[in-house]
Amino acid sequence: MSRAEAVAVAPADGSRPAGRRPQTASGFLALFRNELHLTFRRMRTLVLLAILAALPILIGVVIKVNTDGPHGDGGGPSFIAQTTQNGMFLVFTALAVALPIFLPMTVGVVAGDSVAGEAATGTLRYLLVAPAGRTRLLAAKFTAGLAFCLAATAAVALSALATGAALFPLGKVTLLSGDTIGLGEALPRALLVAAVVALSLAGLVAIGLFVSTLTGSGIAAMAATVVLVITVQILDSFPQLDAIRPFLFTHYWLSFADLLRQPVYWDGVLKNLALQAGYVAVFGSAAWARFSSRDISA
Amino acid sequence: MTRTPVTGDVTESAGGRGAEARPAPVPAAAPARSDDVIRTRGLTKRFRGGQLAVDGLDLAVPRGSVFGFLGPNGSGKTTTIRMLMGLIVPTSGVATVLGEPMPQSVATVLPRVGALIEGPALYGFLSGRDNLARFDAADPTADPRTRARRVDEALERVGLTAAAGKKARAYSLGMKQRLGLASALLQPRELLVLDEPTNGLDPQGMREIRTLVREVAAEGTTVFLSSHLLDEIEQVCTHAAVMSRGRLVVQGTVAELAARAQGRLVVRTPDADRAAEVLAAHQVADVVRGEDRVDAELAAVDDSTLPKLCAALVEAGVRVHGFGLERGTLEDAFVALTGEGFDVAG
Repeated sequence: MSRAEAVAVAPADGSRPAGRRPQTASGFLALFRNELHLTFRRMRTLVLLAILAALPILIGVVIKVNTDGPHGDGGGPSFIAQTTQNGMFLVFTALAVALPIFLPMTVGVVAGDSVAGEAATGTLRYLLVAPAGRTRLLAAKFTAGLAFCLAATAAVALSALATGAALFPLGKVTLLSGDTIGLGEALPRALLVAAVVALSLAGLVAIGLFVSTLTGSGIAAMAATVVLVITVQILDSFPQLDAIRPFLFTHYWLSFADLLRQPVYWDGVLKNLALQAGYVAVFGSAAWARFSSRDISA
Repeated sequence: MTRTPVTGDVTESAGGRGAEARPAPVPAAAPARSDDVIRTRGLTKRFRGGQLAVDGLDLAVPRGSVFGFLGPNGSGKTTTIRMLMGLIVPTSGVATVLGEPMPQSVATVLPRVGALIEGPALYGFLSGRDNLARFDAADPTADPRTRARRVDEALERVGLTAAAGKKARAYSLGMKQRLGLASALLQPRELLVLDEPTNGLDPQGMREIRTLVREVAAEGTTVFLSSHLLDEIEQVCTHAAVMSRGRLVVQGTVAELAARAQGRLVVRTPDADRAAEVLAAHQVADVVRGEDRVDAELAAVDDSTLPKLCAALVEAGVRVHGFGLERGTLEDAFVALTGEGFDVAG
């Protein structure tokens, strides 16, 4: 207890002074960087990306083995027939197959778990007393979610490109409109398609983030988000629901095929991006409203 | 655990500065002081289920104190701490930390506060070092250029340097607790809030934490320490408050509180009447005679008091079977105050 007595004599004896420190821009952004680091260091994220990367390989091999009767199923644009002529088309085929189910599932896992997972493990309270700031933390989570969308799309596209190049001839690309463009022109277009596909998932990231703020269970939030994606796509298939279908976040997902026409048919793509922006605004605000007022008692 | 024998050095050392720091804070309504690191006024939290977790709390934690926040499990300690840290919003009442209202001022207050709340929580898939780097990155006032140095210093301080590269999921509970402490010590803090910091630790780990608390306090940091372990509070704290069923039962210096449960002299003898006479003759107050036993209050004890008394008893022909001090503890005082056992979940 002699130390405790020393307190009274010398109350401020620290080597570095305690007190107010200014907030800096680099300090503010550090959490965003760290969030990316956290997302992509997780084994789970890497496994999801690996599964996504395996998908085009599977599709490519199936098409190669079974070239007699390729049918574009699942409602996607009929790229598969073209794939045998040009490996480049495997990129579009793989994205068309991955977009309705595989990509949203992985995004649902990452976005759904983002806040709820931290709440479940208790790390959320330590981030908040650090203090991360609730809005800043949510923004960092959203940014990391978007980055995952890009990475997921890139995983599919790059794997498809490599597989396509390995299994099928590369060369002039015949677009859906019948025009032919060279490989050098096709690559930027593939990049554009991948970017649009990634952005198509932005609305889902916001929804997943919102769901994630509602519960303290990461699994529940992930499951709810994935179930929502499936339900919405089922609803989107009912012609009776024409009144609401254009507002479902999955409705314009496959419009990226319009980027493969000459000239590019932008209408669906722009509607898709506008719709995603709307979902981000609505569910982002909802997530913020919920998270900023919520009692963190986990 | 090393319990200090007889009258307890806690009482002495805490009394040295505690007594004049807070004159008469029992019961709760203490006079307003600008120097309080934590102040609450009527702080109340009712959860959605209707359960009243904290009920009209008026707490005052003086700057520079090591403040013990005591109460059985479920008495509202953690809920109070969560309100102080801006994690949950009070149903009514006001809380100020470092002079600013919470939860409105989390951004300016919390960078100056280190906290360990309800045990450590870590990212199992990150190394200890990366865990600290993440919590450090969460603080927007932390300079990223000096992050590595801060993390290393904090690791060193809690003795985890050797295990810094291991994944946190491979840590023992004691190591996790230390890593939690390290994150609370990433920056020089004005206030350190430790909620049950020794929970789940072995005696050696408890001792280390107590040493650390004393070190931090010696640097001038106010330490707010919640615990349901009384001797923990007695050993490190200068001040204490007691919660029971969401209410503040008492707060004050440990010296004052312990004074409510003075140590008593106990003589075991078949000649109780005779012994009582002898003790009374030696100006020992409040002599109580029981069957085969006499106990009395000892006001001032020095090295010669006890031997003299013992000799006097023997000289008077009292057959002394047992002779010694039974130390009054905070526990005696608090059990008397709260009217319940201390380990009972409220």
